[in-house]
Amino acid sequence: MKLIFEKGQEGHGLGLLPECDVPKVSLSRTRRKPPVLPHVSENELTRHYTALAKRVHGMNDGFYPLGSCTMKYNPKINEEMAALPGFTDLHPLQPVETAQGALRVLKETEEAICEITGMDRMTLQPAAGAHGEFTGLLLIKAYHKSRGDFGRTKIIVPDSAHGTNPASSVMAGFTVVNVPSDENGCVDVEALRAAVGPDTAGLMLTNPNTVGIFDKNILEITKIIHEAGGQCYYDGANLNAVMGVVRPGDMGFDVIHVNLHKTFSTPHGGGGPGSGPVGCKAHLAAFLPGPCVEKSDEGLILRKPAQSIGRVRGFYGNFLVVVRALTYIQTLGKEGIPEAAKHAVLNANYMMARLKDSYHMAYDTICMHEFVMNLSELKKETGVSAMDIAKGLLDHGIHPPTMYFPLIVHEALMVEPTETETKDTLDEAIGVFIQLAELARTQPEELLSAPHVTPVGRLDEVGAARKPVLRWTPEEQDI
Amino acid sequence: MNIPAELKYSKTHEWVKMLDETTALIGITDYAQDALGDVVFVDIPEAGDAVTAGESFTDVESVKAVSEVISPVSGEIAEVNEALDEAPELLNQDCYESWIIKVSGITETEELLDAAAYEEYLKTCEEEE
Repeated sequence: MKLIFEKGQEGHGLGLLPECDVPKVSLSRTRRKPPVLPHVSENELTRHYTALAKRVHGMNDGFYPLGSCTMKYNPKINEEMAALPGFTDLHPLQPVETAQGALRVLKETEEAICEITGMDRMTLQPAAGAHGEFTGLLLIKAYHKSRGDFGRTKIIVPDSAHGTNPASSVMAGFTVVNVPSDENGCVDVEALRAAVGPDTAGLMLTNPNTVGIFDKNILEITKIIHEAGGQCYYDGANLNAVMGVVRPGDMGFDVIHVNLHKTFSTPHGGGGPGSGPVGCKAHLAAFLPGPCVEKSDEGLILRKPAQSIGRVRGFYGNFLVVVRALTYIQTLGKEGIPEAAKHAVLNANYMMARLKDSYHMAYDTICMHEFVMNLSELKKETGVSAMDIAKGLLDHGIHPPTMYFPLIVHEALMVEPTETETKDTLDEAIGVFIQLAELARTQPEELLSAPHVTPVGRLDEVGAARKPVLRWTPEEQDI
Repeated sequence: MNIPAELKYSKTHEWVKMLDETTALIGITDYAQDALGDVVFVDIPEAGDAVTAGESFTDVESVKAVSEVISPVSGEIAEVNEALDEAPELLNQDCYESWIIKVSGITETEELLDAAAYEEYLKTCEEEE
């Protein structure tokens, strides 16, 4: 289909933009031509985006069990709250005494998530999970430095970790030490003991881990790190499984990021923006990015912590995303939060139990909010890979699970149904999964050539990775 | 699975072709390229860099995953295969012609497998899967 830039023509316009009510200023004296912008009518514009919407699969289209991404339903009340004029007509630079309501949103969100995670303070600045990891690691770095402990240069990361963990560590100036997982996909405690030392700055861990298993040795793991003088970082990617049930702070973690766009039902990915607040225990609070919201006699104020690592983002983070998350937390309340987590775990276990006869489970145990299937046997037997099953699911209106992750499981499909799906939806999806496993054995060619009913068939992933075309460029380049 | 008889192999699926006593070409095996799938990027190191036996000297990215390539020898990179920069798919097309680095001044070599032993070893890898 045509891009918006390839539609319309000079002279087509629309009335969506308000009249300019300030004097016009030319930003650049060197620009010789007007910028290349689409010239479309309002009608052309809406049709364009409706056409695009028809070609994608979102939560509103069907089941979306994308493992590790927590694609839960985002209640519409979140949008209503975020659209309140009191929130949308604010300017981030207006005096704080005129924005007390907004500051209260920030403070209450901080307090609520601190309570859920067992942390003492929190910054809402980071724009997403990996940004949160980077921020959290800078806190750990600042902490060691403030104690004159300059030899702590290594971050320990298990081999099942999200790829962002080692990447963030390197970005923050650390060296990464990998520790292997044991046969249950959990941290090999003895290997961890052997890996720590006076150069250990910290450990990064998700719990439940990336194979959907709660690491029962967690207290011992965090103790080993603390005894070695390191800090423990909790990657909150999988918090949805335990929120309101068990707290990372009580597991021994010192720093944490949470993904508002996963756990707290705010929009994801390209539809975001995301938000990755970072919480910490009191001994790290002085290093948090500033400003933080503080209570004072004059109401809420903004203040930079004493030894702050500095800003990690403009203003106060993605404020309207925070409004959505607070709405979600308050809607669910003290009872609803753990209930959501328990339903997420129940849904995953229900699907896993019913799929066991058709698919090989990577770890045959009770899972948390997600489970991982290993399709190498199926591939060997039929030639049908995890990728082919994923493509087959598209033909049934189901978004594929996460594929080929975690790397410690071959031909992995990682399924996270989330708590917001009904049993009917799960049963329907289970039926499709079972049907595809049978199809792989009887008519593998059907799956090898899937998908058949989507707007496009197999995409050229190799071409997209090797020679990516990331932006449209006008034919006549101009400044 | 193609396992040329004249090469030596590591358990992390690299091949070594000794050119003389202290110089060797290093690449990844047929098993490695098959497991990776379509390679889309090779992070080519620089000539002059030191490599250490048992440590990663580059990583290879496929549509499925990013994987480290472990050096089976210690020495200095004398030459890199620049062609892989433009055409990483060469690793899929002919992994034994498409060496990644040439190492000279080799001081240490890991214990390597010959073709027969590597073939046996691959059987255990497949069982593990």
